Amino acid sequence: MKDKNRFNNISLIIIVATIVGLFIANRTLDDYKLRIINLCGIYITLGLSMNLINGFTGLFSLGHAGFMAIGAYTVAILTMPVPMKEMNFFMKPMVPFLANLEWSFLPALLMAGIMAGIFGFLIGAPVLRLTDDYLAIATLGFAEIIRVVFTNTQSITNGALGLKGIPNNTNVWWSWGIGLLTIGFMVFLMDGSYGKAFKAIREDEIAARSMGINLFKHKVMSFTFGSFLAGIGGGLLAALLGTIDPNMFRITLTFNILLIVVLGGLGSIKGSVISAIIVTVMMEALRFLDESINLGFVQLKGVPGMRMVVFSIILMVVVIFRKEGLLKES
Amino acid sequence: MGNLNFLQHLANGISLGSLYALIAIGYTMVYGILRLINFAHGDIFMLGAYITYYGILFTSIPWWLVFIFASIFTGFIGLLLEKIAYRPLRESPRITILISAIGASFFLQNFGIVVFGGRPKAFPVPNILNKVIRLGGVSVGIVTFVIPTVTIILLLGLTYFITKTKTGMAMRALSKDYETASLMGIDINRIISITFFIGSFLAAVGGVMWGTKYPQLMPLMGVMPGLKCFIAAVIGGIGNITGAVIGGFILGLGEILLIAFLPNLTGYRDAFAFVLLIIILLVKPTGLMGEKITEKV
Amino acid sequence: MLKIDDMTMKFGGVIACNKFNANIEKGQVVGLIGPNGAGKTTVFNVVTGVYKPTEGQVIFNPKEGEEYLLTGLSPDEIAKLGVCRTFQNIRLFKELSVLDNVFIGNHLRIKSNVVSSILRLPSYRVEEKEMYEKSLYLLEKVGLKDSMDEKAYSLPYGMQRRLEIARALATEPKLLLLDEPAAGMNPQETRELMDFIQEIKEEFDLTIFLIEHHMEVVMGICEEILVLDHGVLIAQGNPEEIQEDQRVIEAYLGVE
Repeated sequence: MKDKNRFNNISLIIIVATIVGLFIANRTLDDYKLRIINLCGIYITLGLSMNLINGFTGLFSLGHAGFMAIGAYTVAILTMPVPMKEMNFFMKPMVPFLANLEWSFLPALLMAGIMAGIFGFLIGAPVLRLTDDYLAIATLGFAEIIRVVFTNTQSITNGALGLKGIPNNTNVWWSWGIGLLTIGFMVFLMDGSYGKAFKAIREDEIAARSMGINLFKHKVMSFTFGSFLAGIGGGLLAALLGTIDPNMFRITLTFNILLIVVLGGLGSIKGSVISAIIVTVMMEALRFLDESINLGFVQLKGVPGMRMVVFSIILMVVVIFRKEGLLKES
Repeated sequence: MGNLNFLQHLANGISLGSLYALIAIGYTMVYGILRLINFAHGDIFMLGAYITYYGILFTSIPWWLVFIFASIFTGFIGLLLEKIAYRPLRESPRITILISAIGASFFLQNFGIVVFGGRPKAFPVPNILNKVIRLGGVSVGIVTFVIPTVTIILLLGLTYFITKTKTGMAMRALSKDYETASLMGIDINRIISITFFIGSFLAAVGGVMWGTKYPQLMPLMGVMPGLKCFIAAVIGGIGNITGAVIGGFILGLGEILLIAFLPNLTGYRDAFAFVLLIIILLVKPTGLMGEKITEKV
Repeated sequence: MLKIDDMTMKFGGVIACNKFNANIEKGQVVGLIGPNGAGKTTVFNVVTGVYKPTEGQVIFNPKEGEEYLLTGLSPDEIAKLGVCRTFQNIRLFKELSVLDNVFIGNHLRIKSNVVSSILRLPSYRVEEKEMYEKSLYLLEKVGLKDSMDEKAYSLPYGMQRRLEIARALATEPKLLLLDEPAAGMNPQETRELMDFIQEIKEEFDLTIFLIEHHMEVVMGICEEILVLDHGVLIAQGNPEEIQEDQRVIEAYLGVE
C-alpha cells in the first residue's frame, strides 16, 4: 500500500509538470514546434492503443491505419462547416444528410472513437478466431479494404481528392489531455482483473482458456478498446493536420505506430509513452536527411526516403539485438 | 460483352495469374518451413524488376541474359535477407520475427526510394516482347503468352527439384516436421537458404515479367502484389506449392474478370483479394489444399 | 461426479482412446495410469474440452440433481462449471508474477464488468480485495507466499507445479484434474505432495482425478485406479487389485 501511495505521488508530480510544461510551451513556442508537441500527444494515444492489442493481449493486428482512417473521416465530416464541404465536394455533391451536419469537436471526437470501436467489434468478431499470422494479414486486409472503400465513396468521403479545411480544433490541451487520459485508462485497465486476463491470454492461450477465461470475449474486448482509441487518435490527427486523404492511411502508418510500440517494448506502458515522444521528435529531427539544407558555405543535398531507411534499420536492429525494446529495463 | 473480348480478358487474367502464382510460391515455401510471413517478399519482387532495368540500361549484355542474371542475383539478395533479418531470430517468439520481416520490407522500400528515386521509371521492354499478334480478331501482346509459358516451365522445374532431388526432398521433410527432420541430420541452414534463394528467384522472374507487361517501375510496386500473393498462398492453403499456384490463378483471373464484367467496381479492384481472403479464412481457414494442424497440449 | 461414457477419440486414422468408460464418485481420489502414449492426457483433454471426442460423452454432476453434459462445451465453460486442471508440461503465465498467476485463476468468477474495473468503482474494489486475499491464502497454502512477486518462470520446477495447483484451486473447482503432479520431484517432495493433495482435498471438498507415473503416489492416495493401454481401459479397481492384475503387469512389462 505504501508503494501505491508513492506511485500516486510520482504520477501526480508528472501530470502537474506536464501541464505546466504544456502551458509554457503553448505560450512560447512557434506553430511548427507546437505541431510536433501535438503529434507527440496523439502518438502516445496511438502507441498505447496498439500496445493494448499487440503487446498486452498478444494479438498480432496490423489494422491500425484503418481504424485511424475511420476516426479521422468521422471528425472531418462531422466538424467541417457546411460551405467548406460544398467547396470540397465539387466532383460529386455530398450526401445531404452528412452535408448539413456540423458538430462541435468533443462529440465529433467521441463519435470518431465509437465508430472505430464499432468497426473494431464487427471486424474483430470474425477474425479474432484466427491465430497470429492469419490475424495479421486479415486485419491488414481490412485496413486496406477501408482505404479502398474511402477512395471510392465519392459522395461521402470525397474519394481520392481527400478533405481540406478541417477545422483545426486540436491543440496541445486536446492532444495531451487525451494522451494523459489514455495513459490513465491503460494503467487502470492493465492493473485490474480484466487486464490481467488479457496478459494471461498473451502468455498462454490454452492455459488461460482452461482457467475459465473466455478467449474470444476478452480478445474482442481488447480489440474494440484498441480500435476505439485508434479512432480517437485518428480524429485528433485530422483536426491537427486540417487535410486528409485515403492515401495517408496506408500500411506505412500502421508500421510507424508499430515502430513506437516495438521500440518502447511490447507490453510496456511507460515504454510506449517515452517511445512515442522520441520517435515523433526524431522523425522531425531527421527530416534533414530527406531535405537539402543550406549551411551557408556548403549545400547538403538531402535524399528523399533516407529518413525512413534510417528508421527501418533502427527497427530491425532493435528486434534483432534487443528484443525487449530499447526502453524497457531488463 | 462479346466472346472475343472475353477471350482477351481471359488471356490477361491468365498472365496476371501466372505472375501471382510465381510470387505466391516463395511465400508458401518459406511459410511451410519457417512458419513466417516473409513480408519483404514483395519488395524482393520489386528489386528483381529494378535490377533488370539497370542491367539493360548500363550493360551491353543481351536482354534475355540480363533477365536471367538479374533473377539469380535477386535470389542471392533473398538469401542474404534471411541471413540478416530472420536467422538471428529463429528461436524468438513469432511476433518478433514478423516485426523483423516488416522492418526488412520497410527498409527495402525506402532503400528503393533512396537509390532508384521515387519517380516511376519506364521498363525497357525488348522489342520482340512488345509485338502484338492478332488471333482471329483478338489482339494480344506477345508477353501475354510468354508469361504463362515461362511460368509453366519454371513450375515443372520446381516440381522436379522438389520431388526428385535430395535437397528438394529434405525441403519437404523440413516443412512436414521441422523437429524430426532437424534430428535426422538435415542441414537446416542450408535448406532454408536454398528455399529463400528459390523463392526470391521466382519472385524476381515475376518482377521482370511484370515489368514487360506493366512497364512502369516504382519502389513501392511490390507492396500490393506482395500482399495479394500472400493472400493467394493462403487461399490455396499455405505451405502447399500447388495450392499457391491455384490461389495465384484464382486471384489473377478473378481480378481481371471482375473488372471486365463489373466495370463499376474497378475502383474496388485492390479490395477484391482481401475480401476473398477474409471469406476463405472464415469458411476454410486452412485454404483449399491445406491440411489441418492440431495444437499439442 | 464425473461419468465418461464410451468415449472414443481419433486423430486422423490414429485412435488415441477407444470406448473409454469411467465413473468417479464425489470425494474420491482416482488415478489414471498406463504406459507412455496410452492416451491418458487425451482423456483429460476430452474432459476439459480441449478436444471434442469422436464418439461418446462426458457428464459432470457436481451435486445431487445437477447434471451437465461437458461434451461440446468449450474449456472455459467447463472451468466455470467447476472442473479445473494442471498440465503435464506446466503451462504457467511465465512472464507474470506468481501472485498474478493465482489472481488470474479468480477471474472467471468476477461479477464486476470491465468498465467498473477501469473506473475502480467501489463494487469492483471490494471484489478485487477478496480476490487478492484469496490468492494470498492459496499462495500461503502452497508455500509460495514469500516469492509472490517473482516471475513464474523463475521458480524451481517443483514450485512451478505447486503454483499450477494453486492457480487451479483459485478457480474454485469441484473436480480437480492433476496431470503428473509428481513428475520431476524427488522422494521427499513427492511425499510432501501426497500429504498436500490429501490436505486440499479435505479443505476444499474436492474430487481428484490424477495421472501419475510415480507408483507410490498412485498406490498411496488413490482409492480407485484406472489402467489405460493403447487407448483401451484394461483394468480398474483398488490399489491391491491393480497390483495383482495380470494384464496390468503385462502392459507395463511389455509381455505379449
